[in-house]
Amino acid sequence: MNSLTVDIRRKAYPNGCCAIENLAFAAQPGEFVAIVGPSGAGKTTLLNLIAGLDRKMEGSIALHSEAALQLAPAIGFMFQEPRLMPWLTVQQNLEMVLAPHARAHQAASLQDLLALVGLPGCGALFPGQLSGGMQRRVALLRAFIVEPDVLLMDEPFQSLDAPTAEQLRVLLQELWQRTRPSVLFVTHSLREALSVADRILFLSSRPSRIILDFAVDLQRPRTIEDLSVQQLHTSLLDRYPQLLEGRITPAQEKPPSGTALHAAKA
Amino acid sequence: MQQALKPALESGAQFMQGRWARILPVLLFVCVWQVLAITLESKTLPPPSAVISTLWHELRTGDLLFHLGMTLRRVGFSFVAAMLIGVALGILMGNSKNWDRLLDTFLILGLNIPALVIIILCYIWFGLSETAAVLAVTVNKIPMVAISLREGARAVDKNLLQVAHVYRLSRRETFFKVYLPQLIPYLFGSARNGLALIWKIVLVVELLGRSNGVGFQIGSYFHFFDITGILAYTLAFALVIFGVEALVLRPLETYLNRWRT
Repeated sequence: MNSLTVDIRRKAYPNGCCAIENLAFAAQPGEFVAIVGPSGAGKTTLLNLIAGLDRKMEGSIALHSEAALQLAPAIGFMFQEPRLMPWLTVQQNLEMVLAPHARAHQAASLQDLLALVGLPGCGALFPGQLSGGMQRRVALLRAFIVEPDVLLMDEPFQSLDAPTAEQLRVLLQELWQRTRPSVLFVTHSLREALSVADRILFLSSRPSRIILDFAVDLQRPRTIEDLSVQQLHTSLLDRYPQLLEGRITPAQEKPPSGTALHAAKA
Repeated sequence: MQQALKPALESGAQFMQGRWARILPVLLFVCVWQVLAITLESKTLPPPSAVISTLWHELRTGDLLFHLGMTLRRVGFSFVAAMLIGVALGILMGNSKNWDRLLDTFLILGLNIPALVIIILCYIWFGLSETAAVLAVTVNKIPMVAISLREGARAVDKNLLQVAHVYRLSRRETFFKVYLPQLIPYLFGSARNGLALIWKIVLVVELLGRSNGVGFQIGSYFHFFDITGILAYTLAFALVIFGVEALVLRPLETYLNRWRT
């Protein structure tokens, strides 16, 4: 059973401009999917539709929970900005997203979890007292403590310096391997996508659809600096030089080391 | 006082930060008043010493506390009612363009109709009763609270509401943990303006149609041309206002803003 099935026939912005057209894919439970596309390709719109923040579209989106008894599958969402409540402490920010009955027995483990994400003893601090990287650690933990079936991430490490972003990507993979939610990780950086994902969906520019569904066969753990990531990045762009502009026009015959599952015609 | 002044006066900047920067101008004002009253010897300008002794006398007979208590009760009821209704209206109008259109005319009307008109109409329609008095004050205040909170509701960060939505917070939790904290500056703004306005209107209401309260007392002193009495009640009033500001509003505001660094 897929944990997420997306089939959007058409999504228009309120001004009538068509953002997404005929975009369909499914994600397996525990699959780490990156979504790469040029800026303005409707990536954020897509995540908002999946999260139910925006419901105006033609088509269907279905989420399935592993736990059969659960009524609605839990979603974790990490936005471009940390979006913590500045008037709540770190601890309160985390407790807020837990169901009230879960708060009591989660309270003790929150301390351990904060230590796990590198913020030991920071529960009583307010977000304003933390650095940008630390705030993102809290936002990341907040997304994981709801034990999501699907975790949506919208360029979450953008605007961080390279070492901090790398630390957070490593932390993300550690947390993901513990609980294994399906992840949709939106980014405009192909290197970043290659360093975290099992599979990459490349989007066209507006109206966006999937132009390439690419499986990343690289060992974990990996970092953005790894030679294998660099090589795959080069060979992929050699083969599809305009991939990041949202066009798929093969340049060479030599296939990249990953496997293209299916490439739609441009 | 010499000892207290010495370190404080060591540098001007240090002085301005200390409590003497607040107290000294007041002392100076009282001294000037006392000197003027003694030199002019006018019946219309009693010296501060006389005002304070009248205040003390009224305090000991219990009159002051009774009238002040009645006034405070009216202020309290009208303040709470006006804040609750005004906040609800403001949030409603800030969130819904339709409600905003429906109610906007009344809001502008309510803001601009003189308080006196509302007071007189309330007394005529509902009689010279306690309810009419409190109602008149409340109706006068509601539009101001609503206007301020409407601004606040319009400025609420949609991004944080998205967080509440994604993580399935209940409506109650979304309101108290995500929505309301963003309105706090507007709430304090309208609470301060609100108290300032309500004090004034309550006194007029009492003067016109009640047989107790500070407004009623000042009215009686006016008939007897007793300036000392008027000033004594005004002073008592000022002390209460400072008390509310220093003991309630400011500590509460500091507490609620503790997250701002």
